[in-house]
Amino acid sequence: MNGVTLFGIASALLVGLGLYGLVLSAGPLRRILAFNVLGSGIFLLFGVVARRGAAGGVGGDPVPHAIIITGLVVAFAASALAVQLMLRLSEVRAADRAGANNPDNEKPGAGDQQP
Amino acid sequence: MMPGSMAELLFDSILVLTLLAVALSILALRQAFAAVLAFVTYGLLLAIAWVRLGSVDVALTEAAIGAGVTGVLLIAAASRLRRSIPIADKASPGIPMRIAVGALCATISAALVAAVLHLPTPAPGQALAAVANLPSTGLGNPVTGVLLAYRAIDTLLEAVVLVLVLLGDWSMAPDGQWGGRPGPRLAPEVNGPLGLLVSVLPPVGILIGIHIFWIGADMPGGAFQGGTILGAMWILTWMAGRTAPPHTSSERLRLVLVVGPALFLVAGFAGIVFAEAFLAYPEGWAKPLIIGIEAALTVSIAAALAMLVAGWPSREAPR
Amino acid sequence: MTYTLHVLSIISISAGLLFFLAGTVGLLRLPDTLSRLHALTKADNLGLGLIVLGLLFQAPGLLGGIKLILVWLLVLFGSAATSQLIARLARERRSSR
Repeated sequence: MNGVTLFGIASALLVGLGLYGLVLSAGPLRRILAFNVLGSGIFLLFGVVARRGAAGGVGGDPVPHAIIITGLVVAFAASALAVQLMLRLSEVRAADRAGANNPDNEKPGAGDQQP
Repeated sequence: MMPGSMAELLFDSILVLTLLAVALSILALRQAFAAVLAFVTYGLLLAIAWVRLGSVDVALTEAAIGAGVTGVLLIAAASRLRRSIPIADKASPGIPMRIAVGALCATISAALVAAVLHLPTPAPGQALAAVANLPSTGLGNPVTGVLLAYRAIDTLLEAVVLVLVLLGDWSMAPDGQWGGRPGPRLAPEVNGPLGLLVSVLPPVGILIGIHIFWIGADMPGGAFQGGTILGAMWILTWMAGRTAPPHTSSERLRLVLVVGPALFLVAGFAGIVFAEAFLAYPEGWAKPLIIGIEAALTVSIAAALAMLVAGWPSREAPR
Repeated sequence: MTYTLHVLSIISISAGLLFFLAGTVGLLRLPDTLSRLHALTKADNLGLGLIVLGLLFQAPGLLGGIKLILVWLLVLFGSAATSQLIARLARERRSSR
């Protein structure tokens, strides 16, 4: 057992944990967080493979490292889109609810303003 | 076993256990806000793990994007959700469902553990090839070599993805707000801690961002890490009310957003004419071209990340 | 010479870690936001300062040393400002209650 294998096992557990949270969490924010934990587990697995492939005086195989960097940026972009969708959805629902409670309020999109 | 490697193993064990505990708390903490803070902590711990795994490049990216910008995005989202009606749109699943999903996830984890334990030795890899071909790019950092020369197509597509995601984000604008400013209107903070922070930090931060981009050619760093720091400085000036996010219809903003991917694409097509293939660099021109593309990418990434945090246009739509 | 530098590093970093420990205990044990902040910022800034001092003995050159000090100053500045922000929020919450 060495440190790299330890990170490999951790990455496997993180994937399982993230998947569990992604499937079973009730709130959308929690599902976004779980999705990121799942993703980080996969990146870590890449990192373990990269570390094992270290040769030629570099700390690890630069190909997986570059893919991880690309992946981190794309994961951020996906999370940002998910977060904004979630916020927009909560606004629309709040507007619907306000409209339903108050029949005089028929102006469409009354709650559309961001706070 | 050497005492030194024993100490390293101990350190790694503690780090891994802490990582797993914090990951568990992200999913288990009751308050959404606390879970988000746990996620930021998790990102910083992961950055340490990346240093332990020998990649300072990834560690910088993880700290800047995984913990930093994602943290700002999620903290803002959690505090806005707290003020609105909770949207738990799924009923809490029953015990049998939990057991079934738990068993499935445990199986996947176990399979991955088995795969990790049976990884081939010696490990196959591209490290030697990457280092051997590095002199032809003029770079000193093999990760930058992969990102901008060997696998430049991935990086090009990723830069395009950022623009597309931003378009998706802007498309959520309510009717009549298209082209307006995203984010809330904030009163400028002149005195107080935020005012002080925004007076002192951006000059230093901009310098550090450019430095990280520049040294990325030869040492850990690069367009993504540097661009993220620049974007963070821009967000900071919004938070303190010194500047506001620009109108999404602003031509200057749109130009800044596409200059990186556009230049990359032009250089790619120029490769067909002046070198052997798409995204190939003519001999002797690799380094100046890469630095030029990276400089443009840094600016575009900074703008795209900051605008993604700002959200969809919601006010001051242009007439 | 190197031996002395190593010893100085170890002493300084150990002292720094002690401050981190004290700060963490304070964060976990103290009753309200303001005293927790007090424990955290004082201990962490001094702790990080001592760790940076310890690393300075191992710095590869003048530029590396300056970068280390810059890291410390930036953390000092950032955490001072953010703890002020948190403290202000805590005060507002308390007075609105």
